[in-house]
Amino acid sequence: MVTLGRGVTADIEEQISSLGSNMFIVFPVQGDRDQLRPFDERDVEAVREQVAGVNFVAGQVESQVTAIHNGQNWRSKVEGVNNEFFDARGIKLDEGRRFSEREQQSGANVCIIGPTVRDEIFLASQSPVGEHMRLNNVSCQVIGVFATRGAVGGSDDDNAIFMPLTNVQRRFTGNDDIGYMVVAYDPSYSSTAMSHALVSLLRERRVLLEGQANDFDIVDTAEINETVASTVGTMTIMVAAIAAISLVVGGVGIMNIMLVSVTERTREIGIRLAIGALAREVRMQFLTEAVVLCCFGGLVGILFGFALSLGLSSLLGVPYVFDPFINILSFAISALIGIIFGYFPARRASNLDPIEALRHE
Amino acid sequence: MTTGPIIELEKITKTFGEGTAAFQALKGVDLTIERGDFVAVMGPSGSGKSTTMNILGCLDVPTSGVFRFLGTEVQSLTRDQRSLLRRKYLGFVFQGFNLLARTTAVENVELPLVYRGEGKAARREAALKALDRVGLVPWAEHTPAELSGGQQQRVAIARALVTDPEVLLADEPTGNLDSERSVEIMEFLAELNATGITILMVTHEPEMAAFAKTVVHFKDGLVERIERDHHQREPVGAARCSARPCSSPSVRSGGTSCAAF
Ligand SMILES: Nc1ncnc2c1ncn2[C@@H]1O[C@H](COP(=O)(O)OP(=O)(O)OP(=O)(O)O)[C@@H](O)[C@H]1O
Ligand SMILES: [Mg+2]
Repeated sequence: MVTLGRGVTADIEEQISSLGSNMFIVFPVQGDRDQLRPFDERDVEAVREQVAGVNFVAGQVESQVTAIHNGQNWRSKVEGVNNEFFDARGIKLDEGRRFSEREQQSGANVCIIGPTVRDEIFLASQSPVGEHMRLNNVSCQVIGVFATRGAVGGSDDDNAIFMPLTNVQRRFTGNDDIGYMVVAYDPSYSSTAMSHALVSLLRERRVLLEGQANDFDIVDTAEINETVASTVGTMTIMVAAIAAISLVVGGVGIMNIMLVSVTERTREIGIRLAIGALAREVRMQFLTEAVVLCCFGGLVGILFGFALSLGLSSLLGVPYVFDPFINILSFAISALIGIIFGYFPARRASNLDPIEALRHE
Repeated sequence: MTTGPIIELEKITKTFGEGTAAFQALKGVDLTIERGDFVAVMGPSGSGKSTTMNILGCLDVPTSGVFRFLGTEVQSLTRDQRSLLRRKYLGFVFQGFNLLARTTAVENVELPLVYRGEGKAARREAALKALDRVGLVPWAEHTPAELSGGQQQRVAIARALVTDPEVLLADEPTGNLDSERSVEIMEFLAELNATGITILMVTHEPEMAAFAKTVVHFKDGLVERIERDHHQREPVGAARCSARPCSSPSVRSGGTSCAAF
């Protein structure tokens, strides 16, 4: 269980680090107004030029489209971005190339498609690169396919088509609006200072008076990272608590088995005592039995847990992280439980009166 | 080791329970047993025979009185000190055999040596030697369930002998056996006694008591009468069958030989 928890943590941490650190995501919200005021290319330009420590800024805008190729229709979305966006979001290409400088400036009809789009409307036998497809009524040429980004929270990130930002604004959304921007900054700058600088610049540009609420939001990816990690951490602790409870329950079970065996073997204990066994020798015998039982149980449990974790992690699509510490710990705990819960039955056995024990049927 | 009597009981009393429920099982037993004796303890049920044997076996302590074993005052020893006395000087044979059910005959015989801390090979060797004395080497690897009652009791005797004890204590060793098996066991005990081991045995049957040198009669928690130089029956095929012990028909049917080995 703990292993699985760590697997989830590792998985989420990886997803978040693919988001990139030292990065803000800036998007418009309603604030005090009743309408959303989007950003535009000039805001992106201003952030790039006027905020110190900014490495790059990438705007994004998207629109739902129907992709058509070879008479096949597929619902997808077109995202208008520039090459910086790929770096910011850690998107890699499976094949083909990124946009050229000219294509970005002129807004050429070229696109980079996701694996889902490729699988749905292109033939498996042939690379889609170089092929032409239509997005609604816009024809464009496929120049690349990006590597899978996985599905997060139900939405398939692989079902997307990237085109140069200016082209999407001109041909699909029909305005200069930017959906959100990704701001990557130099790690030597503090995230609070950066966020303050961003806020004051954007307030000024959007002409917000003192007392008016921000009509945009800035999310720090490091913050997301932390929140998620702590959530998953809580989860792991809870799972560990459940594991601990089951250990106690198991320990009480072992104690019961050992107590029953003391009762059942009363006569044997009587014989041993009559023959001259010392109390501590009988105690050791029962303690050893309990510990051996628990160690064996611990070993079986670890093997079982190993198999279960492997199975579950492949089922949940979470990577399996083998943690030797947790395995050694569970084994040690098993042995410890053997000692703790074996002690009382052992003490009871060694305190028996040999005469009574021998008479026992 | 002292040269005096091996066992001395002086004014031994034993009370079970407390208050109104208290019951005095022994009311002042005096008894001296010399080294090499073969003592049969007899008496009606409830007269305190087993209680006395438990005290003599260092399994229990008297409520009052003095019990000297090889000169040591046992009544003031701790539980563990008494355990050590048992493991060193005493062998036990019980009415119900009391073998460990899931272990073989030879492992049962080895058990006292385990607590003496002997090595595995030495244990096995000594155990097989003891089994040889009771004629059960071919049965060494059998579990008690696969042995007859007489055989089980012989394994128990082998277990008592394996440590070369000073004293062998047997509370009704033939109580669960038919008379032929009983005579076998008794003859074996008499032979053992001839090699120098002191034997104390509780029995209800005069035929078995006939093998002893001394018979102690108990009554109501007291020693009623002691027969010393008891007209002892000879072990194995001896012809002295004239005395009272041979009155049992089952034994007499053995003809000139009183025994049926
Ligand atoms: N643990 C005990 N608690 C209470 N009373 C006991 C206990 N052990 C023995 N007694 C009583 O002490 C008396 C003597 O018992 P003991 O076992 O010595 O008799 P015994 O001579 O061996 O009899 P039997 O021939 O039936 O074996 C009996 O009345 C018995 O009920
Ligand atoms: Mg008795």
